[in-house]
Amino acid sequence: MTTTIKQLQQGLAEKQFSSVEITQDYLNKISQQNAEINCFISVTDELALQQAVDADTALANGTGSVLTGIPIAHKDIFCTDGVKTSCGSKMLDNFIAPYNATVIEKFNQLGAVMLGKTNLDEFAMGSSNENSYYGSVANPWDRSRVPGGSSGGSAAAVAARLAPGATGTDTGGSIRQPAALCGITGIKPTYGRVSRYGIVAFGSSLEQAGPFAHTAEDCALLLQSMSGFDPRDSTSVDQPVPNFSDNLNNGIAGLKIGLPKEFFADGLDADVAKVIESAIAEFRKLGAEIVDISLPNMDLSIPVYYVVAPAECSSNLSRMDGVRFGHQCENPVDLEDLYKRSRSEGFGDEVKRRIMIGTYALSAGYYDAYYLKAQQLRRLIKQDYVKAFEQVDVILCPTTPEVAFKHGEKTDDPVNMYLQDIYTLSLNLAGLPGMSIPAGFSQAMPVGLQLIGNYFEESRILNAAHKFQQATDWHLQAPEVK
Amino acid sequence: MPLKIEEVRNIAHLARLQINDSDVEQYTNELSKILAVFEQMKTHDTTGILPMAHPMDATQRLRPDVVNETNQRDKFQAIAPDIEQHLYRVPKVIE
Repeated sequence: MTTTIKQLQQGLAEKQFSSVEITQDYLNKISQQNAEINCFISVTDELALQQAVDADTALANGTGSVLTGIPIAHKDIFCTDGVKTSCGSKMLDNFIAPYNATVIEKFNQLGAVMLGKTNLDEFAMGSSNENSYYGSVANPWDRSRVPGGSSGGSAAAVAARLAPGATGTDTGGSIRQPAALCGITGIKPTYGRVSRYGIVAFGSSLEQAGPFAHTAEDCALLLQSMSGFDPRDSTSVDQPVPNFSDNLNNGIAGLKIGLPKEFFADGLDADVAKVIESAIAEFRKLGAEIVDISLPNMDLSIPVYYVVAPAECSSNLSRMDGVRFGHQCENPVDLEDLYKRSRSEGFGDEVKRRIMIGTYALSAGYYDAYYLKAQQLRRLIKQDYVKAFEQVDVILCPTTPEVAFKHGEKTDDPVNMYLQDIYTLSLNLAGLPGMSIPAGFSQAMPVGLQLIGNYFEESRILNAAHKFQQATDWHLQAPEVK
Repeated sequence: MPLKIEEVRNIAHLARLQINDSDVEQYTNELSKILAVFEQMKTHDTTGILPMAHPMDATQRLRPDVVNETNQRDKFQAIAPDIEQHLYRVPKVIE
């Protein structure tokens, strides 16, 4: 049974139930199921019920907003004042954030209710949520499989109906890939659209926050609440934010949808390809015009991304020094020992690998060959998209090359794991908005379809997604409750 | 070009990470595999292409040099591992 945010809004407005009732209902489900799914690191039940009481008062007084009283889960990468913000790392296991991220502040101002903080790959580095200090997360569709990553906890929580919506961050696919693998809807907006203030930084030039929900309509609502220029984030872009819900119901007859041949080539699972083809047929029925396009430099996105992202991570994570906050080793003999042991004890393997790759790529003698070269190639990747958007309105492709894989299947081979993000990485390199919507099933597991929009044209992909969801019911399919 | 074990020790030192002797070989293999993926970048000529640092080619925004945050020392130090008289305590640095 799927309950959307839109339905909860209506129910609250019509006084069918109170925010306290629905909040308690979600908290009950979380307490029954979280032990197995492990999607929450912290459940903030007392705070949630207090916020729900306040929301009910606001609703009764007529001072509520669109999100007043709606329970939401937040990825444990957003700083939450007075609440543990672990980022999935032992390093920050004792970190009680001293302030709120702008995204959290915005939800608070709207009167939304925070159910808790969700599990993730350590410092958002991973594609399976298996890199978390707090253990891996089960995919609600098949618990022996991964939910994707890095926002695996948020995606699993929404898929398991333990929250109607959740926040995530996407540095290389970390919203879209878990949304696809868990059979829900998720959107990464244009770079600079949502404030990064108070998000524990990993890849500063790549990452953006965005929402997960059951429908494009709910995503539009949540994204609306998160977006906007923020003077506290130097990467925030000062662009007007349209009403993302305004154009949802527009017809898409004549919409030009591009299919990049590079994203339908070798490496794409044949069954997944079939599901995507049926979805393309559906878009045709809705009147869209399907155009073959080419993005010739996409083969570079894996090497370019895995130079740029680790370079930025090695720089961002240098703040974790064991002195001002976070894990500190016992009895350091000197300052170097304090840094080295605190960091080595605090970070997991994948984080250490990426810090070392980034350190190497930025080190004297290698900078030009790796970092500079990658930043030049990044421009070629962006130019491919710029050219494509002269021809088409929206680009369509699979979100991932295969459905959710089994726990442990790819943990021994970091490079194989990186290939999971082959269709998602290039958007982060280019800074473009993209979303994943459920498009069908393969091996009884959900398949995600990715829609890519031009800069600041989130409305257009949300519109296409909404029309698809009006014509199909893949997004309403729910995993069995065990 | 695979990394040598000594190079990995040096990278770890630059990154202020301590890698145990028993793990250094595994890291060397894994990092070498990742570097091998980067070789693909060499096949593309990038002469004259401006490196891209920001998707919108935005430059760093400046703000007026005025105080806009208050001091929250006590709040920030409440989460520090080792504080004495409002100072962050670290091992002796100057002999």
